[in-house]
Amino acid sequence: MKNTFIGQPMERREDMRFLRGRGEYVDDVAMPGLLYAVILRSSVAHGRLISIDASAALKVPGVHSVITAADMPGGPPIVPMRLQPLPEFKPFEQPVIAHDKVRYVGEPIAVVLASSVAIGEDALEAIAVEIEDLPAVADWQTAAKNKSVLFEKPGTNRSLVFQARKGDADAAFANAPYVRREHLRTGRHYGLTMEPRGVMATWDDAAGKLTVYGAAKVPFFNRRILSAQIKLPVESIEMIENDVGGGYGARGEFYPEDFLIPFAARHVRRPVKWIEDRRETLMAMNHAREEECDLEVACARDGTILAIRGEVHTDMGAYMRTNGAVGARNVSQFMAGPYRVPHVKIDSSLWMTNKTPVGTYRGPGRFEANFFLERMIDMIAADLGIDRIDFRRKNLITSAEQPYPIAHVQPTDARDEYDSGEYSETLERALKEIDWPKLSKLQGKLIDGKYHGLGVVCFIEGGGAGPKESARIEVNKDGTLSVYMGTSSVGQGVETVFAQIAADALEVPVERIHHVYHGSTAYVSDGYGAYHSRSTVMGGSAVLDATNNFMATLRQAAGKRLGCAESNVALDIDKVTGGGRSMELSEFAELTAEGAFLNKKHTYSYGAHVAHITVDARLGRIEIVDYVVVQDVGRAVNPLTVKGQVLGSLVQGLGGAVLEDLKYDENGQFLTGSLADYLLPTATDFPNLRCVVLDDYPSPINPLGVKGAGEGGIIAAGGCMANAVANALQSFGAQPLQLPLTPTYIWELVQAGQKQAAE
Amino acid sequence: MKLPPFEYACPATINEAVALLAGHGGEAKPLAGGQSLMPMMAFRIAQPSLLVDLRKLPGLKEIKIGADGVRLGALVRWRDILDDKRLDAAHPLLKEAISHVAHYQIRNRGTVGGSCAHADPASEMPGIAQTCEATFSVIGKAGARTIKAADFFQGALTTALKPDEIVTEIHLPAWPAQRRYGFQEFARRRGDFAMAGIALYYDVEGGKAANAHIGVFGVGDCQRRLPKAEAALNGHTVDDALAVKVGEAAAAEVEPQEDIHASSAYRRALTGTLAERALKAAAAR
Ligand SMILES: Cc1cc2nc3c(=O)[nH]c(=O)nc-3n(C[C@H](O)[C@H](O)[C@H](O)COP(=O)(O)OP(=O)(O)OC[C@H]3O[C@@H](n4cnc5c(N)ncnc54)[C@H](O)[C@@H]3O)c2cc1C
Repeated sequence: MKNTFIGQPMERREDMRFLRGRGEYVDDVAMPGLLYAVILRSSVAHGRLISIDASAALKVPGVHSVITAADMPGGPPIVPMRLQPLPEFKPFEQPVIAHDKVRYVGEPIAVVLASSVAIGEDALEAIAVEIEDLPAVADWQTAAKNKSVLFEKPGTNRSLVFQARKGDADAAFANAPYVRREHLRTGRHYGLTMEPRGVMATWDDAAGKLTVYGAAKVPFFNRRILSAQIKLPVESIEMIENDVGGGYGARGEFYPEDFLIPFAARHVRRPVKWIEDRRETLMAMNHAREEECDLEVACARDGTILAIRGEVHTDMGAYMRTNGAVGARNVSQFMAGPYRVPHVKIDSSLWMTNKTPVGTYRGPGRFEANFFLERMIDMIAADLGIDRIDFRRKNLITSAEQPYPIAHVQPTDARDEYDSGEYSETLERALKEIDWPKLSKLQGKLIDGKYHGLGVVCFIEGGGAGPKESARIEVNKDGTLSVYMGTSSVGQGVETVFAQIAADALEVPVERIHHVYHGSTAYVSDGYGAYHSRSTVMGGSAVLDATNNFMATLRQAAGKRLGCAESNVALDIDKVTGGGRSMELSEFAELTAEGAFLNKKHTYSYGAHVAHITVDARLGRIEIVDYVVVQDVGRAVNPLTVKGQVLGSLVQGLGGAVLEDLKYDENGQFLTGSLADYLLPTATDFPNLRCVVLDDYPSPINPLGVKGAGEGGIIAAGGCMANAVANALQSFGAQPLQLPLTPTYIWELVQAGQKQAAE
Repeated sequence: MKLPPFEYACPATINEAVALLAGHGGEAKPLAGGQSLMPMMAFRIAQPSLLVDLRKLPGLKEIKIGADGVRLGALVRWRDILDDKRLDAAHPLLKEAISHVAHYQIRNRGTVGGSCAHADPASEMPGIAQTCEATFSVIGKAGARTIKAADFFQGALTTALKPDEIVTEIHLPAWPAQRRYGFQEFARRRGDFAMAGIALYYDVEGGKAANAHIGVFGVGDCQRRLPKAEAALNGHTVDDALAVKVGEAAAAEVEPQEDIHASSAYRRALTGTLAERALKAAAAR
């Protein structure tokens, strides 16, 4: 039997569990003797911590204890960086709890353990904290003055400058016939998960064993961090992944609470649970995106891009967190997007400010880079009198040029190349889907009080980060099979996708794959987790290797028992046959084999966004009439889940394009502490979205040919919407240079245009 | 975001409810739909020691329609208004305004009395009450009294209510069948509190606008009428040019605040645009 589950739009096997309310999230896990943790967070953006007096809080009935830095001998441990752990970042890493200074509104100061969350919150009000205010650094420009520094030792607010280099950009600019320079910025966003974070920890004193529930994304990494901080061998720590209500890069990284809760459990020898609430998550989970740049593009008169050069400034917030450098790194490396740019020179500065620290959020740095360059391309094409689509066609990388080397980033020494693809094909397909020739007549037209505009952009998405992933196949007692994974589920549907891959490789019906286990440290010897759109690329390839090893192990065992040559053994659904004899697979219960996939290269899926919008210029209101994303993902294991990824990430991207912005005042006070202030897209906001998934150019760097596909929808949404707004409001000369495209901002652009026309 | 400790009472009569409120020296609060009070308690912005649930009080859930207008019991919910077919004729402006309030779930619980007592500057109902010169009936320790809308709303989250007073009814004067009206608001997402909104009506006398009432909400610290815009409308034939003029008058007489969703200049312009459009819509009806 030759299966073809790969490529089929199979419904997700996880869905029935979730839809029937049978998921088990960390908050669903009950435990006798449980204490609830509630965290006192700084209400001051920048200050010296003088004293904490919890004596009144301890008298609140139901309060068990209050933990502060003073309870941690040797001082609170530091959360180390997971990605780009450069020595330069060391002085800026975050202690798990404030001890000498507070550096952002929301920084943990004390942990109350109580018999209920409500009582814990009552006790928060009884803790007296004395903080001596220091001048707040509320934006990167203030940070750059270095008058008030967050960290005395390094004495500067700039933790690093990433340098992306390719060719000789300065020389190219010196000789360029045409150069345009613009100043652009993106808002501050974050990967808001439907289920906020949660950690529950239990400490078994007799066995010296710590169990941590609520692990997500990168449990093996986090176990290593925790092990070093809490001084327990990794074998004494088990990380359990429960169902996870969304990750988006933010959930599952190691945060202060990932130490504080296990520490508390061991400290008081009781199980402790902490569930982040909505207000907390807005100021405690990683922020992202707030980047500003001066970008220059040099072109030939025929529209050939010669070089790009620029400076980017990222508002990092108060600490360098685990993956906090990724956005600032990516924006420099991927500024050129899917285009052939021979010379690149981008300096990307990381500025520490008194805000919630940043981390990755779906499409980190790529969303920003795409907006910056694509916005400029439309302006440049207009300057040069070239159709903006022809301009893109001319500069998109062709398959003949693959693998295509991209900018090299220092000091991480990141060298990289795109893997495969004929990028213009997705653009052409998107234009055809939306019927561009017909719509193009509407550009800038005022119909029934609304201006029509079209946006078009191309993008590249990186995925499949190595170095390794593991998988294991095991025979269950009933003769079905289980797959155990080193990657995690953050809601992507990996249980379905890995079952499809395993069933194809083993040539068994997909129902024989009884369950796919993932995300907990007990399942495989080592794992790397779910980030950088890597699970299907790395995990899927590991499943292939595991199935090979599994068949070898099964042949060996069955050959002996069936009395035949190993090469004659075959797996036939629930039977093992060989030498004319047959056994039930269940007789091999617990037979297991692990496999791994090692790879240092990255996959690059790519595509195009095309939008048709209207703008009510007086209200500043944008409405989407039609929106199409075309993405080539190398090989679509499950077209349904890929579509879900593309559309879901598109809605998130549109949120960032028009709604979302985390705001602070000049004193570093947080102004968007609820979902009434931080505006997420809701079900009625963007009803008209479509996507087409192609798999015409498989990736050559993994046996499945798959590419990461979780971020393409988000990456280009800001650029596409901004271009569409500019196109709609061309009669006002409107050129949006910042996101989000709020009503106020659009109205201001229109006003400025009208004023200029009047002069 | 858990509620602070509080006592709870669910009295069966208004007198009992008033006595409970009066007995707690300003520390007690009536509870209606809970759609504003509960979030405020969860954020610990409000920490009343006693909640007096109004849900069992008799006679507060009715919509009465008579020759003298519409009487809304304080516990009438948004949903009740939207479901009441009689209001299509008896008060179409009210109905249109309420269709913009919040989301489905919230409309199933939120009440007219709660909304007015809460007095969020961006909420629709107080805007209608101001525009239509509503009268509030309230009962407190000192007995029953009525308060005109213009006196009831005193600022952001501030009303003329004493801590022991309960709103029992909101009276909207009778609505002539020929009356012209318009309603416009703009929020960044459907169901959000508006950045600005306009409710207006006028009667037509001899082909000209008369008895103009124009109310604004979401702009400044309180819902209010716009007398200069009303003056620009009264006595004129309503056409597009007049709508522009009235819009300009409206924009000129508001004192718009700045917040994270809208600049003050934008809000001023928005007020004018919405007034202009509301008037055009009214004329086109
Ligand atoms: C997400 C969200 C969006 C919303 N959007 C909108 C919107 O767009 N427009 C809008 O208008 N509203 C909106 N609201 C508010 C909603 O309409 C509330 O229901 C309303 O403001 C309060 O009514 P309530 O019955 O829930 O009052 P409660 O929350 O029960 O009470 C509010 C206040 O009024 C007092 N009170 C209640 N009843 C009386 C009474 N009879 N006499 C004296 N005092 C009383 C209470 O003590 C309390 O102080 C929104 C709410 C939410 C949560």
